[in-house]
Amino acid sequence: MLTHKRLILAHFWLAFAVFGLAILLGEWQMYIRSPLHAWLRNPDLYYRSVTAHGTVMGYVFPTLIAMGFGYAITELALKQSLIGVKWAWAGFWLIVVGSITAVIPVAMGLSSVLYTFYPPMIGNAFYYIGVVLVVVGSWIWVALMGINMNAWKRANPGRAVPLAMFANVAGSYLWAWTAVGAALELLFQILPAALGWTTTINAGLSRVLFSWTLHAIVYFWLMPAYIAFYTIVPRAIGGRLYSDTMARIAFAMFLVFAMPIGIHHLFADPEVGSGFKFVHSVFTAMVSAPTLLTVFTICASVEIAARLRGGKGAFGWLKALPWDNPQMLALAFSFVMLGFGGAGGLINMSYQLDATIHNTQWITGHFHLIFAGAIVIMYFAIAYDLWPHLTGRAMNDLRLMRTQLWLWFIGMIVLTFPWHYAGILGMPRRMAYYDYSNPGIASQASTVILSVIGGAILVISAMLFITILVRNHRAPRVTPAPFSFSQAVHEPESVPVALNGFGLWVGLMIALTVTNYGYPIAQIITQQHAQVPAIYIGAKR
Amino acid sequence: MSSSSAYDPHESAKVAARIEQRWALVVVGIVAVLVAMVIFTGLHWAMMPPSRVETIDPTTLHVSGEFVESNLGSTVEQDGSVTVRLVAQQYSFTPQCIVVPAKTPIIFRATSADVVHGMLITDTNINSMLEPGYISTFKTRFDKPGNHLMPCHEFCGLGHEAMWANVKVVDQDTFFKMAAKTRRLSCVNP
Repeated sequence: MLTHKRLILAHFWLAFAVFGLAILLGEWQMYIRSPLHAWLRNPDLYYRSVTAHGTVMGYVFPTLIAMGFGYAITELALKQSLIGVKWAWAGFWLIVVGSITAVIPVAMGLSSVLYTFYPPMIGNAFYYIGVVLVVVGSWIWVALMGINMNAWKRANPGRAVPLAMFANVAGSYLWAWTAVGAALELLFQILPAALGWTTTINAGLSRVLFSWTLHAIVYFWLMPAYIAFYTIVPRAIGGRLYSDTMARIAFAMFLVFAMPIGIHHLFADPEVGSGFKFVHSVFTAMVSAPTLLTVFTICASVEIAARLRGGKGAFGWLKALPWDNPQMLALAFSFVMLGFGGAGGLINMSYQLDATIHNTQWITGHFHLIFAGAIVIMYFAIAYDLWPHLTGRAMNDLRLMRTQLWLWFIGMIVLTFPWHYAGILGMPRRMAYYDYSNPGIASQASTVILSVIGGAILVISAMLFITILVRNHRAPRVTPAPFSFSQAVHEPESVPVALNGFGLWVGLMIALTVTNYGYPIAQIITQQHAQVPAIYIGAKR
Repeated sequence: MSSSSAYDPHESAKVAARIEQRWALVVVGIVAVLVAMVIFTGLHWAMMPPSRVETIDPTTLHVSGEFVESNLGSTVEQDGSVTVRLVAQQYSFTPQCIVVPAKTPIIFRATSADVVHGMLITDTNINSMLEPGYISTFKTRFDKPGNHLMPCHEFCGLGHEAMWANVKVVDQDTFFKMAAKTRRLSCVNP
């Protein structure tokens, strides 16, 4: 039973509200840099927009979704009222205050450093303080997830922690540890320079610390989507989860392998030696394992649903699936985008191929396809599934929901496929305009126009999504059937101790991070000339 | 399902586990192949990520040492290879146009004088970050003469979108004739 609906709704609504605004910025960027518009007279407007779009979509939006969904899971899966509701509200308000603190200097053009910070460029201190507040707010959630799970375990000794909660806590611990990299960078490097206490900064160290956060943050974004794959979709389409144990192993593997791989973002960097680049490349290959396990388990679960509905044949069962069910549609689209995005990711992780597309428009295409595509479409599905339970009102717009999901899928393909192509041609990213009269660039103009069209389709889809949620608040009251998560084919009574808690996995996570990051960090800190002058941007000082 | 045989949940659980284990082996195989490919190409073609972790003081680049203005651009080495030195700064590369020979081993040595920049050369696999405090070194070779663009590919401030340079690849003879006459090669008069 959901007893704190207002708390959960507040998180989801704030998330979708900022998402609705940031997507408009994204589409404006697509348009303004395209051949459809003349060169922007003030390029800073573009970088302000990129900073705001990235900060909102990368930090604020997914964090709020993970938090709201996490609180919902705690009450629905553990069947106990959330412990620490006041703290949860405190975390929520920290995020509100942090977001406002960060957005003001960005809007004023005092902090156009992009959400990836890029020291030694230093912007206005309030931008970084705002981001820190958002992270601190989310850490309250991390603590609450651990506290709630442990309280349940004490009350239910020997019983298996429900899969949804196990995965949810895995996601929260992953976030707590991966955020440490960027937190160290912000607190010990950037903020002292932004506040004027120091005038130099170790830029190489900043890049290494940020890479610690930058890759695993993707798995934090991914967790709600994977939780939906395992615990919502099979139930929603009338099937069973193929394996509860394999699901737990997949989530535990994310915890262990998500962190010690971030240096694959730095293959082309001069501050890390070849050896550790190789090590991180190998570990990146390993992190594909939990996703490959997930694809297998979910496809098997979907097949079970199809066969229960009378599906026959090696592939004929696909026809028996409930394709009119938005959850089924969202899952299928998510898997297609995950497939393409994952294939692109394998190219990024091998340093030989990475050299062709590093930091080009390909990368923008890659993470939009994975995050904004495969992951965010599942955020929509989660909202569609939870909303009747949060509002106590009927969710009747099935047609509209299907249209919205179709548009999101088509829009994302139209947006990201041309980006991948342009990247192979060597088109750099994050540019306020391109000189389309240059013969070397002219051929890429059509890809930029396509991304404007793709973006427009996505904006329509996003607006449709928000309309559907708003319409639900006005729909007739109903008493929805009690919420349930997917049942496994073989529901576990008890699971091995290692798969019912996180001691082992968190230990491995920390140990592997220290092993894979310890030497590069130590080397950079002791390097001569590593401290370089901070370059202040925006405000006159 | 036939009604004659009694349904045994343990039996079906075993079947499910067996199929899973097979898939897990396939996954291990896929990962192993990927890693093997990285190792093979890394060793066989010596395609390792460029890095020697070599540092330099960015505040004195322009007054002394390897990256003073007169030493930038293409230089012919004793062994007939060519070294290209360049500096990135907000919002340009020095030199703005680089002349290099085709079919010749080339070593790039580049750094940044201020913030983090990047460079790629279109239609090639040349791609590197340029960071203040560090020298990026990588070896390459151009197959044929032609013109390439060389944009900065990392956001470096408000003028980032205007930071483009050019690379002109000329045939070996032309290049070495030019290089014999002058240290400063120009894209304008090949």
